[in-house]
Amino acid sequence: MAEIENKITQLCPQAQVDTTGEFPLVTVDDAQWHDLASALKNQLHYDVLSAVVGMDWTDSFGCVYYLTNTSTHELLHVKVATTDRENPRLHSVCDLWPVANFQEREVYDFYGIVFIGHPDMRRMFLRNDWVGYPLRKDYDPASNPLRLEDETNEDYTCRWVEDENGKVKKIDGKVFEDDEYVVNVGPQHPSTHGVMRYRASLDGEIVKKIDVVSGYIHRGIEKMCEDLTYPQMLLYTERMDYMAAHINRHCMCMCVEKALGLEVPRRAELIRLMMDELMRLSSHLLSYGCLTMDQGATTAFFYGFRERELIYDIFDRTCGARMSMSYSTIGGVVADVHEDFVKDVRHACDVIEKALKEYHKLFTGNVIAVNRMTGVGILSKEDAIAYDITGPSGRASGWHCDVRKTNPYSLYNEFDFDEIVYENGDSMDRYMVRMKEMEQCIKILRQACDKLEAEGLQGEYCAPKVPKLMKLPAGHWYQQVEASRGAFGVYIESDGNTKPVRVHFQSPCFNLIGVVDLTCKDNMIADLITITASLDFVIPDIDR
Amino acid sequence: MFDFGIVTKWLDDLLNSVMPGWLTTTIECVLVAVGLLVAYSLIAMFYIFYERKVCGWIQCRLGPMRVGKWGLLQVFADVIKILQKELITLWHTDKFLFKLAPYLVLIASMLTFACLPWGRGLQIVDMNIGVFFIVAVSSIGVLGILLAGWASNSKYTLIGAMRSGAQMISYELSCGISILTIVCLAGTMSITGIVEAQADGWFLFKGHLPAILAFIIYMIAANAENNRGPFDLPEAEHELTAGYHTEYSGIHFGFFYLAEYLNLFIVSGIATLLFLGGWMPLHIPGWEGFNNIMDYIPSVVWFLGKAFFITFIFFWIRWSFPRVRIDQMLALEWRYLMPIGLVNLVVMAIIVTQGWYFGA
Amino acid sequence: MEVKIKSMKHEDFKDNEYIDNLVEQLRAGGTNIIVGKLDQLMNWGVSNSLWPLCFGTSCCAIEFMCLGAARYDMARYGFEVARNSPRQADYIMCQGTINYRMAPALKRLYEQMAEPKYVIACGSCTVSGGPFKNSYCVVKGVDEIIPVDVYLPGCPPRPEAFFYALMQLQRKIKVQKYFGGVNRKEKLELKYDGQALKQEAK
Repeated sequence: MAEIENKITQLCPQAQVDTTGEFPLVTVDDAQWHDLASALKNQLHYDVLSAVVGMDWTDSFGCVYYLTNTSTHELLHVKVATTDRENPRLHSVCDLWPVANFQEREVYDFYGIVFIGHPDMRRMFLRNDWVGYPLRKDYDPASNPLRLEDETNEDYTCRWVEDENGKVKKIDGKVFEDDEYVVNVGPQHPSTHGVMRYRASLDGEIVKKIDVVSGYIHRGIEKMCEDLTYPQMLLYTERMDYMAAHINRHCMCMCVEKALGLEVPRRAELIRLMMDELMRLSSHLLSYGCLTMDQGATTAFFYGFRERELIYDIFDRTCGARMSMSYSTIGGVVADVHEDFVKDVRHACDVIEKALKEYHKLFTGNVIAVNRMTGVGILSKEDAIAYDITGPSGRASGWHCDVRKTNPYSLYNEFDFDEIVYENGDSMDRYMVRMKEMEQCIKILRQACDKLEAEGLQGEYCAPKVPKLMKLPAGHWYQQVEASRGAFGVYIESDGNTKPVRVHFQSPCFNLIGVVDLTCKDNMIADLITITASLDFVIPDIDR
Repeated sequence: MFDFGIVTKWLDDLLNSVMPGWLTTTIECVLVAVGLLVAYSLIAMFYIFYERKVCGWIQCRLGPMRVGKWGLLQVFADVIKILQKELITLWHTDKFLFKLAPYLVLIASMLTFACLPWGRGLQIVDMNIGVFFIVAVSSIGVLGILLAGWASNSKYTLIGAMRSGAQMISYELSCGISILTIVCLAGTMSITGIVEAQADGWFLFKGHLPAILAFIIYMIAANAENNRGPFDLPEAEHELTAGYHTEYSGIHFGFFYLAEYLNLFIVSGIATLLFLGGWMPLHIPGWEGFNNIMDYIPSVVWFLGKAFFITFIFFWIRWSFPRVRIDQMLALEWRYLMPIGLVNLVVMAIIVTQGWYFGA
Repeated sequence: MEVKIKSMKHEDFKDNEYIDNLVEQLRAGGTNIIVGKLDQLMNWGVSNSLWPLCFGTSCCAIEFMCLGAARYDMARYGFEVARNSPRQADYIMCQGTINYRMAPALKRLYEQMAEPKYVIACGSCTVSGGPFKNSYCVVKGVDEIIPVDVYLPGCPPRPEAFFYALMQLQRKIKVQKYFGGVNRKEKLELKYDGQALKQEAK
């Protein structure tokens, strides 16, 4: 840590580095921020911008940037603030990390912080005619009643630029030209996997540009979390990426446990891990089903769902619910596993292993499927890193980004499994990564079954002394896990009370929509569907 | 084998003996029309049920089970439902064309339907250019689809219609060429003639390699002409919501739905007629006892049985394959199917002139 | 005129006073036998051929997919023909949270559907806003926007619950009248200004 501190003070003497927390925290003024950012990226290899968290510290606005070093996998937090509450402005880092494009739009949407140099400063999740900025502490919910008149299409965008004298000027721009044939896809469309909306400019069948309009399922989870205690918050983690419900909840629990210094029994951690892998398996099966159905192979979809029911059965017997299980809790899991748990898991593993072969026979080798997916929607490794595409989609591009390997959490370093990495980054590879990952899930699950059997089928499942009133020590807490679609992170800022000051969920799917335009450009309409299906995002996870 | 010609001739004579000729013709026309309409709707309904059951079976499901025994009444419920559904007319559209489109599609399929050889002597008009007529009228359907897409005044329907236009016109070529191959072998365009020519062996076996090739090409092209998976691009559900009929509701949509299934029956019927001997029973030379038993099965059963079997293959293909992309679909037609079809036609011509086919 | 749903005894179903009262009222009025039979035929058709509109916003949609898949198989009831175009759908099963941005779109979808059309509010989010009731941009129940026929609680509801809701909808349809008098719900006075729905007629 001291090394980092030295390096950063060398790069930027004005920056203050705080190394007392879990990760080094750099505080820097907005004036020096852009220079420091480019130095961090180009000299210290902080290639990945994991998250931009907008903050309202009541006296000032600001952002906390999460940077990850691709070679050492170290994390760095940078805090940039502005005290101007009337016209808060910060400098954009879009040019360094393209992923900041949507991240900064989100911050603008929630806090009204304008990013100078950002190419497209529009609202991200809320209606165009929204009044005020909802995540500000002084936001009045009555200012935005339910409106039922249709929203106007956002055809105009704007950006703020700074000239040499430091004067900031607003420049208007257009999203689409007047003579473009713009087709609206969504929000109610069968293959946007929820309520996503694209506006696609077409030339015949070829997509020229895609404007992603998000926010049709934005529920303001982060704001609601500020009024809740930590155990209450767990509920929302499951309703973001509902296909990784257990993993997200696990992440939140770990973050809070870390802050409280709570020791989780090994057995509880093992059960959580098994549930995580079951969840991942179920999620990948669903993604297989949706991908095949979007390409018209309806039968493959039904096959995928047939095997998913087995996993649902296990959830059902253990947690009492098929989805949104609410199983992990702070300190362990809610209840012990069912007595037949290990038997059921083994059975499911056997059946799914066999079924995977069937899937390959049915779909993977099909000449139409191969032609539809190979070489379509190529995402290079550089782009994957620049846009922070983690999870199976990132690994398909050749980026080793599995959090289970890079920053092992839970008991993952005890398990023997491979990180599946492909090279080409096309739709076929993204599909294959998921198919191969399912085999790894089965491998992990089998090892976990052995361990669980060795350590006793019944036993300690929750830490004995979980405080009833949870007060997190003041500071920042961050935990990352490998959810089924990529790295999911929970950021908590606490001031020592039972309720947090700010909770941010770094969702893997949010970054995925950043590459939709990049990958779909100059492909056909049908490819748009294939690519989005192979990127496999869950909309509530994007919108939160 | 029972010849339905006897019945029709008897009826014709009977009517002629009691009334003037023009009245006889009128009454016969009305009878034929009623018969056709009934058969049309019954077969369409059967097909909808058939597809749902087959699809359920392929997908490890049961299909309709609760409405009537084994779900037999399911389609009737659907028909009643769809009949009383509101018909939505849209603003800013050409209302006449919008309403005309489903009827055009329906008319096209009905005209083709009328030409099928149902059984021995059970045919409406035996034209000497029967096959030609079928090919001609079946292409009216594309006009209806284009109109539907255009008149709906929606971007999705327009894309669907353009896709469908490109697809149906392209694949009609392959379809026509493979039909021509068989006409070449049969030496006649009359439908009865083609069926009679297969009395001693179906063309699929008789014409060996070129006939089998033509059959495969025909199956692919017919599937594409029907807009069915893997060629269901015009209504590609996951791309264009419902393609060209996105804006149609109620019975207008019902017509498209019916016509789709009926077209499936029609292409199966034509495949039966051209390659599997129409209503001709299966005869194996030399097996006299077997042939006699086969002759006892009524010709209508033979025709329908073969058509349903071919439809089953279509279902099977549809529910197993993913959808092709528009450029791949056109490439398949123009780069592969049509050249192969043309070469195949030449080969067939040589075989016919040299008399190399079986039973020559 | 007892409402019959196959393989479900009336006693098991008898938890919906609204429909029972409706039946009572209708019985008191009486109908012409021909018209009545015609109505029954229509209702039989409509109730057995409910085609859903694919409209899922979040978790409930996944359970709805399970409903269509092999184990639960909605096709047994004839409900499987899920249409993506609202013009061809019979009921909209509103699966998942509706927020302020989606609300106009949902209303428009409902308006685009052809009569007769029905709405099932599926999952606690659509019934009341559910866990997101305190949010700044979530609609507190879809009944603020569109009239709802059946409420289906759960987060998400199990597939069995989906079937139960669909059968309740069938029950409701079976007391509907096309020819012999009108029993349609009066047009709801919806308040669109973001306040909670108040049916002022009452």
